[in-house]
Amino acid sequence: MTLADELARQQRSISVAEFFEKNKHLLGFDSPTRGIITTIKEAVDNALDACEEARVLPDVFVGIKRTGSEVFRITVEDNGPGIIPAQVPFVFGKLLYGSRFHQIRQSRGQQGIGISAAVLYAQLTTGLPTLVISRTGPDNPASRFLLQININTNEPEVVEQSEVEWDRTHGTRVQIEFKSSMAAKKRLLEYLKYTSVVNPHARIRVELDDETYLFERVSDEVIACPQAIKPHPHGIEIGQLMRMLGAEGGSCGEFLVENFTRIGKKTAEEICRNAGIPPATPAASLTPAEQKRLLGAMQGVKVPAPPTQTCLSPIGEELITRGLEKEFQMDFVRSRTRPSSVYSGHPFLVEAAIGYGGKLPPDGNAQILRFANRVPLLYQQGACAITGCVAGVSWKNYNVSQAGLPTGPLLILVHVASTHVPFTSESKDAIAAIPEIEREVTLVLQELGRELKTYLSRRDKNRLQEDRARAVCSIIPEIAAKVAEIVDLPVPDTSAIEGRIMRKVVVKKMSRDGRVRLEVKNYTSQPGALTIYDISPDSGEGSDPKPAIVTELDGEHTKVWHVEIEPGGAWSAEYFGAGGGSLEIRGMPPEHVVVVDLDAQ
Amino acid sequence: MPSDEMDQKTQERLVSIAMRWYDQMRESTIPSISLPTRTKQNIEFDDDSEVWKYGDRESVRSAHTAKSALHLLKMSYVISFLKTQLREKRSSTLRELYYISEGWKRAKFSAQDESNLLIEDLEILTDLQREAFHLRPEEDGATIFGPLRLKEMTRRGERVIHCQEDVGEAGYQIPSNVENIDLLEHDARFVIAIETGGMYARLIENGFDQDYQAILVHLKGQPARSTRRMLHRINEEFGLPVLVFTDGDPWSYRIYASVAYGAIKSAHMSELLATPRAQFIGVQPSDIRDYNLPSDTLTEKDVAALQSEISDPRFASEYWRTQIQLQLKLNLKSEQQAFAARGLDFVTKEYLPRRLTEMGILS
Repeated sequence: MTLADELARQQRSISVAEFFEKNKHLLGFDSPTRGIITTIKEAVDNALDACEEARVLPDVFVGIKRTGSEVFRITVEDNGPGIIPAQVPFVFGKLLYGSRFHQIRQSRGQQGIGISAAVLYAQLTTGLPTLVISRTGPDNPASRFLLQININTNEPEVVEQSEVEWDRTHGTRVQIEFKSSMAAKKRLLEYLKYTSVVNPHARIRVELDDETYLFERVSDEVIACPQAIKPHPHGIEIGQLMRMLGAEGGSCGEFLVENFTRIGKKTAEEICRNAGIPPATPAASLTPAEQKRLLGAMQGVKVPAPPTQTCLSPIGEELITRGLEKEFQMDFVRSRTRPSSVYSGHPFLVEAAIGYGGKLPPDGNAQILRFANRVPLLYQQGACAITGCVAGVSWKNYNVSQAGLPTGPLLILVHVASTHVPFTSESKDAIAAIPEIEREVTLVLQELGRELKTYLSRRDKNRLQEDRARAVCSIIPEIAAKVAEIVDLPVPDTSAIEGRIMRKVVVKKMSRDGRVRLEVKNYTSQPGALTIYDISPDSGEGSDPKPAIVTELDGEHTKVWHVEIEPGGAWSAEYFGAGGGSLEIRGMPPEHVVVVDLDAQ
Repeated sequence: MPSDEMDQKTQERLVSIAMRWYDQMRESTIPSISLPTRTKQNIEFDDDSEVWKYGDRESVRSAHTAKSALHLLKMSYVISFLKTQLREKRSSTLRELYYISEGWKRAKFSAQDESNLLIEDLEILTDLQREAFHLRPEEDGATIFGPLRLKEMTRRGERVIHCQEDVGEAGYQIPSNVENIDLLEHDARFVIAIETGGMYARLIENGFDQDYQAILVHLKGQPARSTRRMLHRINEEFGLPVLVFTDGDPWSYRIYASVAYGAIKSAHMSELLATPRAQFIGVQPSDIRDYNLPSDTLTEKDVAALQSEISDPRFASEYWRTQIQLQLKLNLKSEQQAFAARGLDFVTKEYLPRRLTEMGILS
């Protein structure tokens, strides 16, 4: 027996499931802690994608319960369109089965590996089948499945199937039990929080053992589901082209026009001419050499970039801002959506946001939130092109300190949306360094950096002004005291002057010759609205303007005025009376108001 | 005016500044004060009185900046201090005031210049001289020698002094507050104000005051306020001509100009301090030429100073134009004492009598 014969005996086909078992790390199941996050991530991604397709506002429930010492039950439930019973076993019980793999549009999941990999992982660690309940509408009953994957054949095995009562009219629930740990709880919550930031139309409820978290939606707008487009001649590889050619019944020219975007009859003829293939040649009959020439010609021809409006679904500047404001407390947030662009025939666009100050940690590196097609990227930050771009921007130009990454109370969000996000690996943790994408990310960060700089310098200026005003306000009372000593009179109240210098709203009450006068002056730069409660024995008779309300209790009249006052504006009221009593102001933060009761002096 | 009454008036004026701030603060207005802008750009030559005065430009100091607020605070401390000083009939020097401010915490002065300027501000605001506040400068006044009798109100009583008979060789020392002096009588024909001590002593030694009935005043370089006030008063009250005798260089011409027309720092009281009718004796550039005096060449700075004087309204006369242009042409300058080259008596026996006759003072 030759060595080759010997070797041949060992050579056999490997099932995908077997492959996975040996290469769990490629799909994000390299450790039990990570497995739990990947599972939830895949299930939530599917849930959101499904809701988007069905144009419903996602209501997603995520449950994590410890059922054994190291065993956790993960439940993810959505209100999506549901899956018809015949498909359920394949969606959950067969690797590489999916609806979106062959479509060219932006979507979260793509290859159809994620959730079935979780099913497989459960099977491998606990031996327990996965429970799936799905209902497609109120007229149909819900179906309950217990599923497993045949590791050798990569075919689903239905352990149990039945119809059940379910309180949801449509949706899907998947329940997976596997060995794991909650060591990554913080990261899991981070993932859900970030998901909520870029999916502001989703409500995500989480039950983590006994704790519950709710990530509420801030937008009631159903996001438009991106439409699939045909491939672009620049964005195709030889294998795919060969498969497409093999399935084609028509001529080469017809093949090009019908199967690709941006190719008309004239372009098709030009491609055929450059490839040296008559357009009428049957597409299926091309030799491998001709196929290669055709690909070369397709990539060499000048055609417009693929349409991006319909196949990409940016979150939008406003919703990013609202999403961030909902989950983070910051003094400054700005978002930018760049116009769409193309790399190797794949449309993509970049969105980004910068947040500053507030409750962000004041020291250390900036928080970087990376997203690809609305999915947070949690691992391998250092290997990601986004991180590289963030570090590549010269933040010092924008008054932000930098040590590789920018530092300080800073949050940077970058979202890359594409029909084909170029990940560095199948675990989809990091975006590959594609020059076109890097350029867009850098540009958007620079744009936002400039806005941040404007904000920071304005803030510094305001601070400086405030410091100066404070300095003045510490001297004024001393002047008052000294001057009073010289003229031998009581020390005057300087709080109104201080209010003016500190740019506040000053309310004064004074009475003279049987008349009481109330004055409001707004020294701030904002319009103000406040309510004055003037409590004294005076009934407010003859007041101009009249109080909105007057109430009496034990001979004390409470006179209420609602005052709206422009920046720099003044308001006053006068009525008959002897003054005295007390004055109260509501409706404005007390630090913005100075009340001076001249009668009380 | 009796000094009690004067002190009362001064107190009232000072307190009224504080009262203005007090009222402003009662009305919730940020306290402020307006003063003429004290820069060269706001100094105007008043053609009527022929002296330098502040122009119309005013700057408002309002306590809405920390710097101005602090200025107002310091001013109120000074007013408070002066009020007490006047009430207690005490006096102090400008330097003492600076040290007294050490105890005023943040109202303390950072330099003597600052307190001096603030006092000048108060002079402007009250329209009074600092002497009225019982403040005097540090430097001793210059000296005077000649046939003049005056009465000085000293802290220890009135003293009548004759400035030849009752004084030593150095002469009578002008007090810082010239208002305390009554000029009684004189037997003089003119006053000579002399820049350097050497020349002043030479004239006394040579008996020039006796021979020509001259009152000699030592300027000691740029004259102090009291010296200028004294010259102004002798000129006003006795109608005696005042003649200024300095070195023959551009800086000395400015000494003459400050005697005659006033200085920027004290432009608010030029009318009290300047003597517009004062005349320049020499050393004239033409003297350097005519008497072939020992001389130095002009430095670059000298030339620049001369050139700026050509365009200075104080020197805008045919006489000065000719002299300055002559000096630029000669490119020389001489000191007063250069006359000694022709003998110690030359200046008193020949030069001055000839110049005084030329100028119509002696006949």
